[in-house]
Amino acid sequence: MERPLTQDIKSDGQPLTIDEYERTGGYQAIQKALRDMAPGEVQEEVKAANLRGRGGAGFSTGAKWSFVPMGADAPRPKYIISNSDEMEPGTFKDRLLMEGNPHQLIEGLVIGAYAVQADFAYIFLRWEYLQSARRLAAAIEEAYGKKYLGKNILDTRYNLEMRLHTSAGRYICGEETALLNALEGKRGIPRSKPPFPQLSGLWGRPAVVNNAETLCNIPHIIKKGAEWYRGLSRSADGGTKIYGASGRVNKPGAWELPMGTSIREILEEHAGGMQEGYSLRGIIPGGASTDFLLADNLDLKMDYDSCQMAGSRLGTGTMIILDDRTCPVGMLLNLMRFFARESCGWCTPCREGLPWLAEILHAIETGEGEEEDLEVLATQCRLLGPGHTFCALAPGAVEPLQSALKYFRDDFVRHIKEKKCPWR
Amino acid sequence: MLSEEEKREILAEIRQNETAQAACLEALKIVQKHRRWVSDQEIRDLAPLLNMTPDELDAVATFYPFIFRRPVGRHVIYLCDTVSCWIMGYETILAHLTKLLGITMGQTTTDGRFTLLPVSCIGACDHAPAMMIDQKLHGNLTLERINEILNRYE
Repeated sequence: MERPLTQDIKSDGQPLTIDEYERTGGYQAIQKALRDMAPGEVQEEVKAANLRGRGGAGFSTGAKWSFVPMGADAPRPKYIISNSDEMEPGTFKDRLLMEGNPHQLIEGLVIGAYAVQADFAYIFLRWEYLQSARRLAAAIEEAYGKKYLGKNILDTRYNLEMRLHTSAGRYICGEETALLNALEGKRGIPRSKPPFPQLSGLWGRPAVVNNAETLCNIPHIIKKGAEWYRGLSRSADGGTKIYGASGRVNKPGAWELPMGTSIREILEEHAGGMQEGYSLRGIIPGGASTDFLLADNLDLKMDYDSCQMAGSRLGTGTMIILDDRTCPVGMLLNLMRFFARESCGWCTPCREGLPWLAEILHAIETGEGEEEDLEVLATQCRLLGPGHTFCALAPGAVEPLQSALKYFRDDFVRHIKEKKCPWR
Repeated sequence: MLSEEEKREILAEIRQNETAQAACLEALKIVQKHRRWVSDQEIRDLAPLLNMTPDELDAVATFYPFIFRRPVGRHVIYLCDTVSCWIMGYETILAHLTKLLGITMGQTTTDGRFTLLPVSCIGACDHAPAMMIDQKLHGNLTLERINEILNRYE
């Protein structure tokens, strides 16, 4: 099985130096793209590869790039940004890639930049990833040293400057328009769309934002072609995926596997199954803001369309496992407190609604809940859903809750009837 | 008043950015590196360098949990309280830490050694429960290990 994104990552925990990266075939894709391909051809190749955004939304990467104005009349400067803010709870896949092989991200970002003819590239990194920050900063220096960055890259007359921006917390900064505000030195609150960032992103100029894992795929697509890339997958979406699992499994971790690998294979073969004394009750498949799946869904393929058909989303592809000794109401309370705290406060439903949901869940968990509370929760899930808020934070926040109300209703009712948490 | 060293570092940062305002978070971090937190006075001193009003800068400073607008201890403990860590025993770890340190979330020990703060998912879910102390990640926490870890910080 091919694992293009992770196969060269060293087992001693050290990152690949630029020489080591080059020995594995690194930076050959830059040469191919910049010397032999027009920007439009790079976009077409990535589109043909069926690479979909790995940050959670699953939008076609090639299509996303195609909205950036091209040609001599295009506004300048143009920007491309690696969204390395990875703050979705339960998600730690980009960390693995950035710590293990920082040059792979840089190469992907340079090729992406070339495809949209960007002048500046940013890596927007969360504060907590200090190890990634050190390694990326060192790798950017090395890449400048070998003329993979800067003026006249590899004598192709293409210029690109790259900067690392380290943030200082706040989940919302992973939302692409909030991220752009944060880069401009403003509060990281989302913007209204349209205009889309590709037309008016940073300081009113075109900007495109791609997830770090997404960008790490680009060098491999360019080097080996779209057909090879599609062949890595067990589904219609191209490539491999970094899947992960956390919770009461024997070996929590993240693994690169063919896109469309089943939940069962990830959980049993890679995560080592459930810890002794714990059994599986539910799965949040793609970070905190996705709907629960159940043990009946173990044979589900973890790809965008299959997860959607099962009523959830692939999201970030990193699963959080609910076991039988963990209270589902308590888990939802924990999640809702997270989302309430991380709401940026810009729009009313999210700012007021999420703390209210957390309060109701707290009441139920501590034995103060009433029968009507379940109706209120369900109604609020609808009112905080898509179309009622400024960005996707609140709709994401209610996804695990709306599915928990469906799948774990008996547990909610028991809390209310017994006036206590049966798990405490 | 900002020190000469702080000013030098901040101006260097501003030069590398496309606008002065784009450097505001780095400028706040520089002040915090030197003083551990950012007071009202520094907000007022910094703002004109960044072409911002003090209120605009404070709006950014208070937005970010890792910029401190109140004094903190010599070491800051960030205990992850998000879902994977919660499942793996966050509450037990929190109870142990608060008992050991004699403080609750948001407080600083009387000797100024530690400040204890909650933090949203730090992306260490494969090593839950986890916390950071200053710039270092500590994962797979157990009650026994916590005593040993805290001893490393003076």
